[in-house]
Formats: sequence, structure tokens, C-alpha cells
Amino acid sequence: MCGIVGLLVKKPELRDSLGEMMVPMLVGMTERGPDSAGMAVFSEPVRAKNRKFSLYAGDLGFDWAGFEKTAQSTFKGGCVLAVKVNHCVLETAADAAAVRRWLSDGYPGLHLLSVGRSIDLYKDTGLPAEVAARYDFRSMRGTHVVGHTRMATESAVTPAHAHPYTAGEDFCLVHNGSLSNPHSIRRKLELQGIHFDTDNDTEAACRFLEWRMREGDDLEAALQRGFEEFDGFYTFLMGTQNELALVRDAFACKPAVVAETDDYVAIATEFRSLAHLPGVDHAELFEPKAQQMYVWRA
Amino acid sequence: MTPVEFDLRKRSVRELNEFLHRRLDGTRRVRALNPDGAHAIAVGINAPIDVDIEGHAGYYAAGMNQQARVTVHGNAGPGVAEGMSSGRVHVKGFASVAAGAAAHGGLLVIDGDASLRCGISMKGIDIVVGGSVGDYSAFMAQAGRVLVCGDAGDALGDSLYEAVIYVRGQVKSFGADAHEEPMTEADHAAVSRLLAEAGFAHDPGEFRRVASMRSLYNWTADANQEY
Repeated sequence: MCGIVGLLVKKPELRDSLGEMMVPMLVGMTERGPDSAGMAVFSEPVRAKNRKFSLYAGDLGFDWAGFEKTAQSTFKGGCVLAVKVNHCVLETAADAAAVRRWLSDGYPGLHLLSVGRSIDLYKDTGLPAEVAARYDFRSMRGTHVVGHTRMATESAVTPAHAHPYTAGEDFCLVHNGSLSNPHSIRRKLELQGIHFDTDNDTEAACRFLEWRMREGDDLEAALQRGFEEFDGFYTFLMGTQNELALVRDAFACKPAVVAETDDYVAIATEFRSLAHLPGVDHAELFEPKAQQMYVWRA
Repeated sequence: MTPVEFDLRKRSVRELNEFLHRRLDGTRRVRALNPDGAHAIAVGINAPIDVDIEGHAGYYAAGMNQQARVTVHGNAGPGVAEGMSSGRVHVKGFASVAAGAAAHGGLLVIDGDASLRCGISMKGIDIVVGGSVGDYSAFMAQAGRVLVCGDAGDALGDSLYEAVIYVRGQVKSFGADAHEEPMTEADHAAVSRLLAEAGFAHDPGEFRRVASMRSLYNWTADANQEY
């Protein structure tokens, strides 16, 4: 099992209600994924030189004030921190690779969830409603969002194993299903020097697609290679700085429904999660086809 | 007689189903309001009643139906009318995967498209699809008929037994052991009857018959496990 939800708002005035619209979608998929939840919110990109780093502290008592002090003195031009419980989004113009090194050397207890100009990422174990309340998902603003509720089938229940997974910058992926060949994909990528954070099958798909895009494929070309590479069951929903993308495996083993109106595109594993959306009665509803790419631009 | 209404935003599917199983007490019609994609709505009925599901249904709507006429005024999730024995299930929108799976009898009408594996392992049901069916439809279908007014996807009728498929549009590919056969008078009559029962106005002459070559019925050493 697992539940996938995604929402892209077409009108700028709806960006403030992105979280409001999204939370019932996420909570609607609780029965499919009661052990963890997460969401990646994409908003207007920050300045071209800046990057946002979403961080997770395993320790609830993590000293964010002390962390900020050190960060301010380390990064020329300083940084801005937005802390929510044990999550934090750090924005800075410092060199991204240097920030990654500084984090892994100095703060091994901090988990880097995402990097980019648009993406903020929150994920944790617990019921979707609890996770949404903990990090105040309702207040999230932006152009599009990718969410997931997890029922673990093939690796442990930990915050790191929750979805969305990310790779590179401004790219995330959530998965409903299970891959049969994640280890062979992983071995192939590790030979390219790509590092994995977990033993989860979804991470292999996420890193494979990001690797293809870094090698020059556009999203569609990368997804086409994915159809050839991935063996197993999957519905994948992905977010980039300005796109939402959806694919299902050749057997359409895992469900998905799309509702589109003049205001939004909403995606969910089941209609249950779309039923509350304003105007859904008049939305164009369809079931995405097997092995076809669906890409919506923000 | 006014229908009995169940608003599924206020009452549970379990309450509705319990009513349908045990408390009908002469009720002729039941309306399920605000189904909102809930699972297992109106499953396991065994009574000649009308049930209207006033919206979209989730997994297994009207599964294991006997005698009842169930109408989904919207789309249906995976496994609609799965295991039906008799009665009629009518989906006004589209149906997700495995519509009518393993069903022994009755009539399933889908006005829109049906997704993959429509009629998988069916054992006697009649399925009429106004739109198209997805890949692997009628996979291992044992008995009954599938009538497709639109197109069929890949591997239609793979490993067919004695079920018969009628297709009006294009077939992307046939599955192992399925092939097209000439239409007989009996086939034309069957298609006419199914179209009339389902309420579609197509010309029966536009349909083609797909059935089993029966070459998989007996194991053959010469096949070298390549089918």
C-alpha cells in the first residue's frame, strides 16, 4: 500500500491555500499509509545564487539557536533559518557543495532532506494527520506540492525511509508500489559515484531519474529510460521546480486518479482524497494510463 | 415507495451494507449519497432491489452481487462487480482495473472506459463496455461474454478459455491463444441482445468475434515453454 497525493494550483491567488487544500488529501490516504507521511512544497524560487536546505534533526531537543549562530559566522553573507519543531529550512548564498560538507562534517545528527531554490521538504513517522499538524502543513504556500503516506513493505519505518525522496536539486519523488530490481539499479549508480542515504527501493528510482537529468536528459527522456530500467510495480509522482509528473508501470498495478479544473490539477491514489476539493464535481476526472507520462507545468 | 437514503458522510458503509443484507424489510430502492470513493459499497447483496450510488465509488463496489440492480452514478474503482453471480451493475462513468473480475453471472455495463484486466478470470458474467478496455482484458476468461464498443489494449483475451469477446474498434494485440473468428448468426443475435440490454445503439454488424484457439488446453512438449 501507500498513498500518493499531489496538487498544482494554476492561479496565483490560490498559492496561499495550497496547504489548506492539500492536508485533507493527505489525511484521506491514512488507511493506505498510516506509518509515515511527508510532503515537498515548491514555491517561487529564491534568488539565483541562494539555496534552501531542508534539515531534519533526529533529536527533538536539537539546539537550533546554537546551530544558527555557527551557521551565521560560517557563511559569508549569512543565512536565514525557519525552524519547525525538529525541521528547519536554511537559506544561504554560500556554495551548496560547501554547505553539504559543513553539514555532514559538523552535524552528523542532522539529515539533509532536500536542496534547491524552490523545494521545502518535511517528512516523519506517525499518522498523516499528526505529521501534518506537527509541521503545520496547512500553512504551506506555493505552486505545487507532492505528498505521500507510507505503509512500509520492504524497508524500515524511520523518518529517513518516509517519502518524498530527493536527489540533486529541486527534484523529489514519491512511490506507491515496490521495485524488483532496486539493488541492480543502485549498483549501477554507485559505480557513477552516486551516494545512497537508505536501503529503500524508491531511493534507487529517484536517484536514477535525477542522474539521467544531470546527464542531459529532460524529464520526459529520463522517464522514458525509467520505463526501460524499472522492474516492478510503481506509481511515481515527481516534482521539479516548475513541474508535476506522474507515471504508472506497464501493468497499472497501483491506482491513481487525476482531477483537473481551471484552478488546479489534483492527483491522488484514490478518489477518496479528492472528494473534498472545491469544484471537483465539475472537474475532468481520469485514470492515468499505464506507461504514459503525465507532466503538468506550474 | 420512497427510497431509503444513506448519506455516507454521516453513516458508515458498514451500516449501509448491513441494511442491505439484513434489514431490507420490503425496501425496493436504496440511495447511497456522497459515496466519495469509499470502498466496498453495496457488496454482497442478495435481493431484487435497486441501489443508486450517487457519485464515485472506490474499490469493489457491488462485489459478489446477487439479484440487485446497482447503478454507480459516477466512476468505479478497482474490482467493480467482482464475483457477481446475478443482477445488474451499471457504471455511468469509467471503471478502474479488474472490472467484473471472476464474476459468475449477471450483467455489468460500463458507459465509459474500463481499465486494465477487465473481466479477468470471468466465469459467466456478461460485460458491456461503452468505451475502450485496457491491456490484458478477459485474461484467462472462462465463460461469459465481453462486448467492447471501443478499442481493446494489448494482450486481449490472453489464455482465453470459453468466454467470447466482441470488439467494435481496434485491437492493439491479441494475447496468447486468442484470435479473431468469423461472426455467426448466433453471434449477431448475441451482440444485438447485449447492446439492447445495455442500452447502446451500435450496429451489431460492426463487431468482431474473438475467441480461444484452444491450443493451450493441452500441454505440448513441442512448445518448449514458449507461448
